[in-house]
Amino acid sequence: MTEWFQGTLGYGFGWFVATLILILMIALPLMLSVAMIIYADRKIWAAMALRRGPNVVGPFGLLQSFADGLKVYLKETIIPSSANRGLFILAPILTFTVALIGWAVIPFGPKMVLADINVGLLYLLAVSSLSVYGVIIAGWASNSKYPFYSALRAAAQMVSYEVSVGFVLISVILWAGTFNLSGIIEAQRGHIFGFINGFGLNPLLFPMAVIFLISSMAETARAPFDLTEAESELVAGFQTEYSSMSFALFWLGEYGNVLLMCALNATLFWGGWLPPLDWGPLYAVPGIVWLFAKIFGFFFIFSWVKATVPRYRYDQLMRLGWKIFLPISLFWVFLVSGYLMVTRYGAFS
Amino acid sequence: MIQAFAFYLFASILVAAATLTVFARNPVHSVLWLILSFFNAAGLFVILGAEFIAMLLVIVYVGAVAVLFLFVVMMLDVDFARMRAGFARYLPFGALLGVVLVAELVLAMGAWSAGAIALDARAAPTPAAVPNIQALGTVLYTRYLFIFEAAGFVLLVAMIGAIVLTNRQRRDLKKQDTARQIARRPEDAVRNVVNQPVGEGVTL
Amino acid sequence: MSIASTIKAFTLWDFVKAHALTLKYFFKPKATINYPFEKQALSPRFRGEHALRRYPNGEERCIACKLCEAVCPAMCIVIEAEPREDGSRRTTRYDIDMTKCIFCGYCQEACPVDAIVMGPNYEYSVETREELFYDKQKLLDNGDRWETVLQANIAADAQYR
Repeated sequence: MTEWFQGTLGYGFGWFVATLILILMIALPLMLSVAMIIYADRKIWAAMALRRGPNVVGPFGLLQSFADGLKVYLKETIIPSSANRGLFILAPILTFTVALIGWAVIPFGPKMVLADINVGLLYLLAVSSLSVYGVIIAGWASNSKYPFYSALRAAAQMVSYEVSVGFVLISVILWAGTFNLSGIIEAQRGHIFGFINGFGLNPLLFPMAVIFLISSMAETARAPFDLTEAESELVAGFQTEYSSMSFALFWLGEYGNVLLMCALNATLFWGGWLPPLDWGPLYAVPGIVWLFAKIFGFFFIFSWVKATVPRYRYDQLMRLGWKIFLPISLFWVFLVSGYLMVTRYGAFS
Repeated sequence: MIQAFAFYLFASILVAAATLTVFARNPVHSVLWLILSFFNAAGLFVILGAEFIAMLLVIVYVGAVAVLFLFVVMMLDVDFARMRAGFARYLPFGALLGVVLVAELVLAMGAWSAGAIALDARAAPTPAAVPNIQALGTVLYTRYLFIFEAAGFVLLVAMIGAIVLTNRQRRDLKKQDTARQIARRPEDAVRNVVNQPVGEGVTL
Repeated sequence: MSIASTIKAFTLWDFVKAHALTLKYFFKPKATINYPFEKQALSPRFRGEHALRRYPNGEERCIACKLCEAVCPAMCIVIEAEPREDGSRRTTRYDIDMTKCIFCGYCQEACPVDAIVMGPNYEYSVETREELFYDKQKLLDNGDRWETVLQANIAADAQYR
């Protein structure tokens, strides 16, 4: 497509137009799926509590998120008089933007990726480390005590889990031998017995997959780790002073991040757009369908955990990050690299 | 054309953000401008073809160091009047530092434009076909292995030093031990008392 | 910590068990009703929206004794009264501030002529605050609308009063 545009519109401008269209092709369906995933989250959560969840707007309540969006859109944006005005407005925009930019490197199928860069995984790590800024800036700019507590919690929490996430990613990179996400997916083809796709079932990488799943919940401040918006202690955390669309942007950004983390789980450990088995007929289904199925599967797990596990205490959260995940993942990097040195690179031989 | 546009965009924002880092009145704003300048520096690295360094800059500096900066600065109660008070006293020192930096810049620029250092003669010429993580790794783990290890060792020593200096064991506090709390079972905590005569009470 | 509990902790056994439980509940039939399309049966004593009733001949029951106004703990009822042309004592104003009402039902208990009652209607949400300041006309309309149900409820509950 890029070539076609460059042929008709000239090299530079054609590239610009093509990229813009590709970005819209990712961002708009993403917004739609965020709306539907919020609905799914509420339905799953409700079902596990023996409730019905949204059921009035549209068939089975399918349009609930759009009704909520419309409602929020019609509300007045209130900026507290003592807030730091510029940063107060910047924070939700930042959260929302950061949730979107990560999708640039996720491969949706063979060759279906917006930016196939060499350092794709590092880029994603960078993006996920940026998501905390929206929370911190919002908490500080609100000039109110509960948002500020929330900002401090968010800063400490996300920096802590970034470390173990980094080590988990290193073990995946060691095995795949590349930072490029398409390359990582290709490396998972027929990974187990030459038949099953995905690193996740590899006994050496399975614990890493679990740690990464839990850490990604902590990174996105989802249910058992949602101390940044613990409503029993902090009202609504960093969002306390927000209303209207600025609040909605936080909401969208949060779920966008959750989806990104689900996609990352699917891509790194469970084969991304590859079907579960390396078997001809399964490739008849387009890769994007497999990827979406996996993303939704992980989102179901996220909601499932949210419906099951009560919120962590703050010291428990820190203990889990620093005293359990960090040593285990560090040790596992040694284990994986040692195993690869012996088997793949022929150390001691 | 796009490269030139991107370069001037990143460079001008970088310079502006760096200036504002120094001149912003609010320390939190200063840190945020600093983050913006980190970002634009990363953008410049990408244009230079050093995407690995760019990403490391974002991950390490923006993602971790600046978060901790912000964390600390947000909690500081800064008294601006007192901060300004010593301005004249520290001016000569600050000016000296500035002069040294400018001199170094001029020297570097002069050496560069003199053209004595050919790019190919550098210790690690950038190979065209190899992604630069691989190129960096190849150099780092062969030619500079010992320096690299030494740097890691220095950091380890610094880390241990920081922990030793800040770790205080306080024995006069009652703390929660999460592992013990989790390990506690109903059998450890609950005793069923049956056939207790009325009015006797229960021994604890 | 024993070895068994350590293994349990590292295999996340408790979490797996808990998630199996919630998954079981995920497929169970729902405990709640499909609310706007299904509704629960209400007790005859249910205290919902207020209504002022009339006698079957169309004469309003309220005699402006102001007992409800006096008993109301939230002080949300305001009554003004003067004799009508035919000499009977009637209200000229009967306001209930629904934003203040706490739905205790004392007004209904106090009323000697069963004029002010609390009906079975609980779906009267409105979009502005002003709409919740009920006046006499609104309350009489409520009474006319719900009369059959109100009558049945009062009859059903009479033996316990």
